[in-house]
Amino acid sequence: MIEMMNANHAAAHAARLARVDVAAVYPITPQTTISEKLADMVEKGEMDAKFMLMESEHSAMSALIGASYVGARTFTATSSQGLALMHEMLMWAVGARRPIVMPVTARAIGGPWNIWGEHQDVITERDTGWLQIFCENNQEVLDTVLMAYRVAEDPEVMLPIMVIEDGFILSHTVDNVDIPTQEQVDRFLPPFKPEYPVDVDRPMRHGGLMMPDWWTEFRYLIYQSQEVARGKLLEAEKAFEEIFGRSYGGMMEYYKCEDADAILVVAGSAAGTAKEVADRYREEGKKVGVARLRVFRPFPSEEVRRLGEMARTIGVFDRSYTFGDGGAMFNEVRSALQPMDSIIKDYVSGLGGRDVTVKYMEWIFDDLLRIAAEGKVDRTVEWVGLKDGTERW
Amino acid sequence: MYKTYKDLPAEPVASQSTEDVMTGTWRTIRPVLNQDKCIRCYMCWKFCPDMSMTVEKEGDYPSVDLDHCKGCGICSNECPRGAIKMVREIL
Amino acid sequence: MESTETTKRYKFTIPKEEYLTPGHSACPGCGEPLAMRYLLKALGPRTIINVPAGCCAVIPGVWPRYGVKVPFVDHAFECTAAVSAGIKAALDKKGVEDVTVVGWAGDGGTVDIGLQALSGAVDRDTDFMYVMYDNEAYMNTGIQCSGATPCGAWTTTTPGGKKVQKRGKKKILDMMIANGIVYGATVSVAYPDDFIRTIRKAKDIKGPKFIHAYSPCPSGWRMDPRKSIEVARLAVRTGAFPLYEYYDGKFSFTKEIKKRKPVEDYLRLQGRFRHLTPAQVAEVQALVDREYEALVAKVGASGR
Repeated sequence: MIEMMNANHAAAHAARLARVDVAAVYPITPQTTISEKLADMVEKGEMDAKFMLMESEHSAMSALIGASYVGARTFTATSSQGLALMHEMLMWAVGARRPIVMPVTARAIGGPWNIWGEHQDVITERDTGWLQIFCENNQEVLDTVLMAYRVAEDPEVMLPIMVIEDGFILSHTVDNVDIPTQEQVDRFLPPFKPEYPVDVDRPMRHGGLMMPDWWTEFRYLIYQSQEVARGKLLEAEKAFEEIFGRSYGGMMEYYKCEDADAILVVAGSAAGTAKEVADRYREEGKKVGVARLRVFRPFPSEEVRRLGEMARTIGVFDRSYTFGDGGAMFNEVRSALQPMDSIIKDYVSGLGGRDVTVKYMEWIFDDLLRIAAEGKVDRTVEWVGLKDGTERW
Repeated sequence: MYKTYKDLPAEPVASQSTEDVMTGTWRTIRPVLNQDKCIRCYMCWKFCPDMSMTVEKEGDYPSVDLDHCKGCGICSNECPRGAIKMVREIL
Repeated sequence: MESTETTKRYKFTIPKEEYLTPGHSACPGCGEPLAMRYLLKALGPRTIINVPAGCCAVIPGVWPRYGVKVPFVDHAFECTAAVSAGIKAALDKKGVEDVTVVGWAGDGGTVDIGLQALSGAVDRDTDFMYVMYDNEAYMNTGIQCSGATPCGAWTTTTPGGKKVQKRGKKKILDMMIANGIVYGATVSVAYPDDFIRTIRKAKDIKGPKFIHAYSPCPSGWRMDPRKSIEVARLAVRTGAFPLYEYYDGKFSFTKEIKKRKPVEDYLRLQGRFRHLTPAQVAEVQALVDREYEALVAKVGASGR
């Protein structure tokens, strides 16, 4: 059934359809309407879940870890400061192997205060072991939450997953969303059956002190599960397409990348803008492509290397800046392309809610084509849209 | 029981008992019970933090689990009849 | 020798079944395993315990061993009550009604860093039991001062002794009563029968319950482990740690001490108070007197 809604409500519907058992929430802009929609659905009896109003995001994640241990399917949503506050428990959720699914409305982290869309908060959590999937539009958010439960709860994975919506851009703008039926989702998502539940009939200790003699091996198991998750994500998408008729290109969506002179790697809603510009440029004979990076963790190294085969010049769009030798996404793409003879440049833009306009994208593609022609990069990082008095954009 | 990462459970769960950890090797003094003085009040059994003053059933005299007794001396201090003396271990 | 006289005279006054195994890593004379031992004797096997960082995260052994016979969930420091609430919510959703959820945390992990989560869980009327085992400092990290450290006590972060102030330890039970617990009580490892009776009573009451358990620490209090229970008993007998309960809006003593011993008898056995001058001991006595009298007044006002 197609309805007009924003990504937050789409995510809330997905939680309802996934038959989430326990949702523990705490408000933060721009995620709050997810909690409000859940509250509404629970109140009306449309959703049969234990709805917990927690006293902080840290407590929200903690409560879900406890609930998940007992065998409940769990859900929360957060952003920015809240995500940062739960950092410790994000790491605990991975170590405890809890398949929690959490939409994050990606937003800048203060100070000073900024409540608008950017990827800094989720990029900062890339070290935790959570799987991270960036969505381009509202439909994808709903669909990805459903696919995430299937992948997360797979006994070979058992890792939590972050479903990323660009703050305000997706969370608050309205689009057509096809809400699947409960019957369809029940066919797609089996019930959650953990292998080692907290159970008085089978007592054990969960998450107890681990000495140096075995810690490495348990971390290795997490690494293995992240690797296995690659295949599981593709399987889940295939099964999803069979029931719901939609798919998203797997780990990385290649858009007009064949026979390209330059390709821009971009995650999130800005990919939509990039695709629009790429369409027009292709009509004008300029051979550009867009590689939408969908899954950031596990990192799609193979898919990035395939890009390197398609074009020599690769631009990477970073909607955050982590103060390394270039931004985070740039560094990971560059690292994957290392065996190849690629020319790579970092474009940092869209921070703190700054609109990534068609003009910015045109500037980036023009710059990439120039680099492709010259065969070399002028500088590693370009802050696109920076008010530097040059009137370039 | 566990030799390689392949033997590990997928989650960090523990289910083996601590009973084979011989905390008795910690002690420097050891309780010795004098049954003549013992009135079988079971205070020593009640107050042992290590469950090392064991009693099979009501009416039995308590006995020390030397594998686990840490020699804290609580039993000796709490015995209302002074029936337990702490004795230096031979190290 | 087995006779009716034998079985009549020699009795275990508390349940015999053990839910803790020996071989755990507590210091000799530690009160904490005793506290958990009594708790589980009272609650039985249909109990789930969740435990944050603290002595109790280390005492039950290291992977792959554990010394407790009920499900045991470890987690980070500040979220004890939140994890308990999550476990309870999931049990409710699954229709499991006869399992007791116990959040078991130390004093630092409760009155300081764990306060936010505890306040939230109590405010939401979570049906669980929170037990704070109080050894009066951050013992697991090596004896640092906490909000529950009593006045005058030496710790590594109050080497001159914690300043004696108008109030003693953080009044966590009073705070929890204001927060909305349905039942609160203090218990001590020196009084196991009372401990077990209190826990059993609490178990049958629906709603958030707070139990403040006194747990002597020979290592941190610088005392002879032999005296561990004796010190705990003196804490009650001097009024330094009174045994009382709160239920249905009323306070009552579970063990009323009509004639309190001088607090010096209690302080003298512990190295952490050795540096106190007679004047400071008098200040501690005055503080104990004040707080005990206030409790007596509350009990009186409750008509008990």
